[in-house]
Amino acid sequence: MRTNLDNSNKEIELYIHIPFCVKKCNYCDFLSFAPDTFTNDLLTKEMYVNALCSELEFKSRIYGNNTVTSIFIGGGTPSSLATSLIVRIMDSVHSFFKVAIDAEITIECNPGTVDFEALSIYKSLGINRLSFGLQSTDNNELKLLGRIHDYRSFVNSIEATLKAGFDNYNVDIMYGLPGQNISILHKTLSDVTRFSPKHLSVYSLIIEEGTPFYEKYNDDYIIQCQGKITSFLPKESELCEMTDFVKAFLKGRGYNQYEISNYAKNGYECRHNIGYWKRAEYIGIGLGAASLYDNVRYKNITDIDKFIKNWSMSNPISEYESKESLSDDEAMAEFMILGLRMNEGVSADEFHNIFGRSLGDVYKENIHELIQQGLIVNEGGRIRPTSNGLELQNIIAGKFI
Amino acid sequence: MSIDKKYIRNFCIIAHIDHGKSTLADRIIEKTGLLTEREMQSQVLDNMDLERERGITIKSQAVRIVYNARDGHEYIFNLIDTPGHVDFNYEVSRSLAACDGAILVVDAAQGVEAQTLANVYLALDHDLDVIPVINKIDLPSADPKRVIDEIEDVIGIEAENAPQISAKTGLNVEDVLEAIVNDLPAPTGENNNPLQALIFDSIYDPYKGVIVFIRVKEGMVRPGDPIRMMASKAEFDVVEVGYFGAGQFVPCDELTAGMVGYVTASIKNVSDTRVGDTVTNRDNPCNEPLPGYKKVNPMVYCGLYPADGAKYPDLRDALEKLQLNDAALQYEPETSIALGFGFRCGFLGLLHLEIIQERLEREYNLDLVTTAPSVVYRVHKTDGEMIELTNPSNLPDPSEIDYMEEPVVAAEIMVTSDYIGAIMNLCQERRGEYISMEYMEETRALLKYTLPLNEIIYDFFDALKSRSRGYASFDYEMKGYVKSNLVKLDILINKEPVDALSFIVFEGTAYERGRKMCEKLKGEIPRHLFEIPIQAAIGNKVIARETVKAVRKDVLAKCYGGDISRKKKLLEKQKEGKKRMRQVGNVDIPQSAFMSVLKLDEN
Repeated sequence: MRTNLDNSNKEIELYIHIPFCVKKCNYCDFLSFAPDTFTNDLLTKEMYVNALCSELEFKSRIYGNNTVTSIFIGGGTPSSLATSLIVRIMDSVHSFFKVAIDAEITIECNPGTVDFEALSIYKSLGINRLSFGLQSTDNNELKLLGRIHDYRSFVNSIEATLKAGFDNYNVDIMYGLPGQNISILHKTLSDVTRFSPKHLSVYSLIIEEGTPFYEKYNDDYIIQCQGKITSFLPKESELCEMTDFVKAFLKGRGYNQYEISNYAKNGYECRHNIGYWKRAEYIGIGLGAASLYDNVRYKNITDIDKFIKNWSMSNPISEYESKESLSDDEAMAEFMILGLRMNEGVSADEFHNIFGRSLGDVYKENIHELIQQGLIVNEGGRIRPTSNGLELQNIIAGKFI
Repeated sequence: MSIDKKYIRNFCIIAHIDHGKSTLADRIIEKTGLLTEREMQSQVLDNMDLERERGITIKSQAVRIVYNARDGHEYIFNLIDTPGHVDFNYEVSRSLAACDGAILVVDAAQGVEAQTLANVYLALDHDLDVIPVINKIDLPSADPKRVIDEIEDVIGIEAENAPQISAKTGLNVEDVLEAIVNDLPAPTGENNNPLQALIFDSIYDPYKGVIVFIRVKEGMVRPGDPIRMMASKAEFDVVEVGYFGAGQFVPCDELTAGMVGYVTASIKNVSDTRVGDTVTNRDNPCNEPLPGYKKVNPMVYCGLYPADGAKYPDLRDALEKLQLNDAALQYEPETSIALGFGFRCGFLGLLHLEIIQERLEREYNLDLVTTAPSVVYRVHKTDGEMIELTNPSNLPDPSEIDYMEEPVVAAEIMVTSDYIGAIMNLCQERRGEYISMEYMEETRALLKYTLPLNEIIYDFFDALKSRSRGYASFDYEMKGYVKSNLVKLDILINKEPVDALSFIVFEGTAYERGRKMCEKLKGEIPRHLFEIPIQAAIGNKVIARETVKAVRKDVLAKCYGGDISRKKKLLEKQKEGKKRMRQVGNVDIPQSAFMSVLKLDEN
């Protein structure tokens, strides 16, 4: 067991959550407030950022000796905050934490919410990576998803991005949308890759409870999951074709798949996300943000009024919604489940270094069975998912739970 | 102090289901002043939760009440409630034997129904005096005149002066009480004769042991008396005697000839006190036992398995406890390749099965997997041996079978004339043999059929109700065995036979059944990494096939913001669900798959 805090000097990641967006999308179940809710106004945003800074200061007293190797400002739509507020957040980070000189610092942006001026300021703050929630270049699909932008505003944002001097940015794309077929998906992928972004996240649509899509498509989604004939969503077989298409198309454009939904040009894999899958230690700042430190998983509270109140007091209260200490067994299972989301899989040596036990001994039968089922391979000291295994990740995960 | 017999009336109430038997019982208890209205829980006699919920009586119950009659005397009424459903005919019959008379309740709108007839005949068999009562006269559709004619014509008992009542509102219920006093006989018997008492029910009490419900025909019984059960030969010393208060046992000094009450004697084992047995005095026995009841044999068998294999001992204990109060329930251990350790249980009918299953699940908190119910087939082997087959898995090799027989019932269906065609069709489809049709009156007929029991144990009631829009009623009794062309239908999942899904079926309907089973199972078996064929086969011949396709995509595309706890919970839930499935070969089969094949005719 590692010793706790103060004198430790480990590498950690910071995640900072901005729970505001311009409009709630039809598929989105993330913790975020649109202007039509009363918790999205200028004053609330201001107070929330104050709270964030207070939390950063407080947590720096616990984790401040560590070195921050990556920062991810996510949401919501962080770029919907006034630039001055982003400045305050980054200032706090720098004044309370040691940030590695080569740290990867990402902010999520929505096309149409950033212009050259804002992006230039981000750049000056040390932010060196952008992530655009594009989803599709087809305006009808964007409307269906409830996005605020159209393809034109994306093109403008990318032009501003390049002008501001960012060369490392990600574009989110979604597929498996209602009514979608391969040719629409093909169009989106060609449109996007024309700009040669360094990174692409290509997700298949998940219907989440509590979203407008859930009301509309969940019955169809269940049918899709059963492999039967759907009415709106693509059939499972079509979805599989789309997945194969995405892989082949992006491979041809020089992108490597390194995780179920993530593709990058060589050397531009997202370090922050890889941290999650490799169980790096990370501190979540903000509403509902998750942390992993010393094998304890924390989740911040999700009530924004309470959050602001807790952190605005002269003696702030750090309150978690949940706190779960992981046993060795649980930590090992997580290592496998998360690690096997990545194409490179897990290393037996790394497993041994971390847990002091042999991977082959601990999961002998599980691994044997999964190899038999053709979901993983064991090669050169690594366990890797097969391409079939990547699409059947839940079955792999189920073996280790 | 002993009560003069001439002021005692022992009676029961008989009726078709829903004609208001339990409501009338409640009202009688209320009117006699034994209970205040506040104490009066609706339907006092149905004291199991399940009974109250389903509105049916499962166990017979007895209560003693005191009535001040118009003649100025105080009368003791022992009211013995009887179950209404055909499955529980044995209970009806033993309760009737404890009575001297019966009140026949007939719904003023519905008139005489199949079970009305069946119950009246049962009562007349036991030499009971029957007084008719017309109930529900407050209903707009009530037609008491027609119903009176019907009772006289169809049943052949005098009904001109039958009380016309509403048990629901209490209207004219006094007339019923007076009719009990004036028209039902007082019990006979001599206190000085040797004890001769009939056991009509028993329940198990953890403190007192078995509480035996008796009707004293001759002699008397007191605490301390040595008693003997004439059939089981078990002997005990009486600890307590008493009568049935409202919902409680009230001890008294003695039970004398003509009385109904209970006896306790530290009896540990319910099987020592078989219903129908005669209790006598060990030192002064009577010459011969009372005519007993016929032993009841289960008609329907099925396998009951705990969903969680580790709960096997719990299931055994629960069945043991249920059997203490339900002598008709039979069980013996069995094993299934698919389901593990469980019990083959025998029931009186499908309702009995359902009730036991529900009680096990509710009262004992067990999750059960039930296999398809089966009747008892007679397998005549070529070597001359005859097997009574209760589990399809035990069917000998076809080469060893000479022929097979299946049980048939004599069915009586009362139906309004509009639906005669539909019901005759139904009986035809169920391999019924038409016997006769009699018109009860212009608009209603009594259909008589011989039907194979295995055609009515699944969903015959439901089909009957839906095809007649509820205007048909049904009663049946065992008739015997007939030779039949039967085959065993096996279900193979991924080429492995699943024993718990095998069943015996009439050859002519095997194809249809096999096809439906495969279709149903296809919807129940989750997809695996490989394709799973589902086949129905007779011997080596596959007669139907469906395929569960292989799963191709099962992935959580996004793992957002490092918050993986939620995804982990999802995976844990999936895992939990999988743990509850049964493994056959390398296929996981959910419990629901075993249950789904019980309801093949749902559309």
